[in-house]
Amino acid sequence: MNHIQTLETRDLAASLNNGGCGECQTSCQSACKTSCGVANQQCENKN
Amino acid sequence: MIHQYKMNGYNIVVDVYSGSVHAVDELAYDIIALFENHSADEIVAEMAKAHPETPESEVREVIGAVQGLKDAGKLFAPDIYADHAFDFKNRSTVVKALCLHVAHTCNLNCEYCFAAQGKFHGQAALMSFETGKRALDFLIENSGTRRNLEVDFFGGEPLMNWDVCKRLIQYARSIEKEKGKNFRFTLTTNGMNIDDDVIEFANKECHNVVLSLDGRKEIHDAKRVTASGKGSYDTIVPKFQKLVQARGGKGYYMRGTFTRENLDFTNDIFHMADLGFTELSMEPVVCAETEPYALRKEDLPVLFDQYELLAKDMLRREKEGHPITFYHYMLDLTGGPCVYKRISGCGSGTEYMAVTPTGELYPCHQFVGDPAYKMGDIWNGVTNTALRDEFKLCNAYARPDCKDCWARLYCSGGCAANAYHATGSIKGIYEYGCELFRKRMECAIMMQVAHQCDPALAAYANHAKGATGCDGCSACAD
Repeated sequence: MNHIQTLETRDLAASLNNGGCGECQTSCQSACKTSCGVANQQCENKN
Repeated sequence: MIHQYKMNGYNIVVDVYSGSVHAVDELAYDIIALFENHSADEIVAEMAKAHPETPESEVREVIGAVQGLKDAGKLFAPDIYADHAFDFKNRSTVVKALCLHVAHTCNLNCEYCFAAQGKFHGQAALMSFETGKRALDFLIENSGTRRNLEVDFFGGEPLMNWDVCKRLIQYARSIEKEKGKNFRFTLTTNGMNIDDDVIEFANKECHNVVLSLDGRKEIHDAKRVTASGKGSYDTIVPKFQKLVQARGGKGYYMRGTFTRENLDFTNDIFHMADLGFTELSMEPVVCAETEPYALRKEDLPVLFDQYELLAKDMLRREKEGHPITFYHYMLDLTGGPCVYKRISGCGSGTEYMAVTPTGELYPCHQFVGDPAYKMGDIWNGVTNTALRDEFKLCNAYARPDCKDCWARLYCSGGCAANAYHATGSIKGIYEYGCELFRKRMECAIMMQVAHQCDPALAAYANHAKGATGCDGCSACAD
């Protein structure tokens, strides 16, 4: 019986090595201008 | 650090530092709550009381599964980013986004305007083409090797200076190939001056448009009025509909502001959906606490319910085949931002700055007009480098109040302007905003869990592992 279902998520620890290119959108540019987070942004780096 | 919560029939566990999300049954939920500070035997004893029908072997099996997840770095993962966060001072920052205040004036007189009805407490002004051109050159010159450069046309009301906007876009297009850049333009507008020319040009050139609409007519017209006090709803809604219909699937957001006068803001979101708009954003008003329409602490329970109601209704719409997007609930758990972005935040004062009509640089639109926060200008660049350093260091790890917050890597420390206005320091936090953010994040994550666990939402599930629909796990309530 499966008591825990783990969703597939980006490996944040791994992104220490493959992240940081900076091409993603600056959060405020989209629709917010007041109370942004970053979680709803998309990664531009398809690797 | 983990965060456990129950919402919409799901038991959800978020592992902060790995970014993992788990949907669990009642037994696993209770075991996880005890796991860090109790031995296996102690947990078994507790579960014998809480889940008397469950055999000990099964309890130990789940304890083992939790340990397995911990060993795999997906639960109780340690914070390995703290040292990296403080490298931020020494990293080189480039400028990759500008908010161009092409107009410090406005053709509306919105009561709650953060910019004092468009003029930012200063003189009315329009940005000249020469100033805008220099701003774009400044951006390119300081963008390093970044290819994607973002420019948004803001104000005041940018359509009051539309010809300059168009000429600036044309200028950027004429040089972007040669400079190895890709410009992405956003236009934010109150809609009053939208005409066929705006529709055609903006739909061709603007990656995104942000259309200010508060929702129901009586709500919108209570705040978003002309100088003579007339509501703007009847004028702008048909224009917005025409623009969006002609957009051909290109991105846009309806962007509303809610106040104490419409705590039931989901009704405004649903109204916008009824008008045919599917890409929606709704923000709490930013204003002095003393305003009668300011949101208050006692409103929080109502707002929390509204956010949950919205998430549940969005799932219903998805099941029925007519989904809507809500900006804050967009969450791609597999393709979202890397940890650098998660920590570094909105980029204000560093990679993102606002430019006034006279070419002055500020950390963002919310700081414009505050002399203490002037960073420099587009001819001399950033001269207040101490200020830039302050913003450089301002991230999820720089704020003491963020230390124990489970949402810190989703929020990246929040809005510096809100923190400054609430506490006098950009390193503070705007607590009210934090409360709303955490609730929104719980709702967004719950929706992702629902996509994965609800067979009726199989179309939205992540298919990477080949799992579609229900796999028989008992993580859902029914």
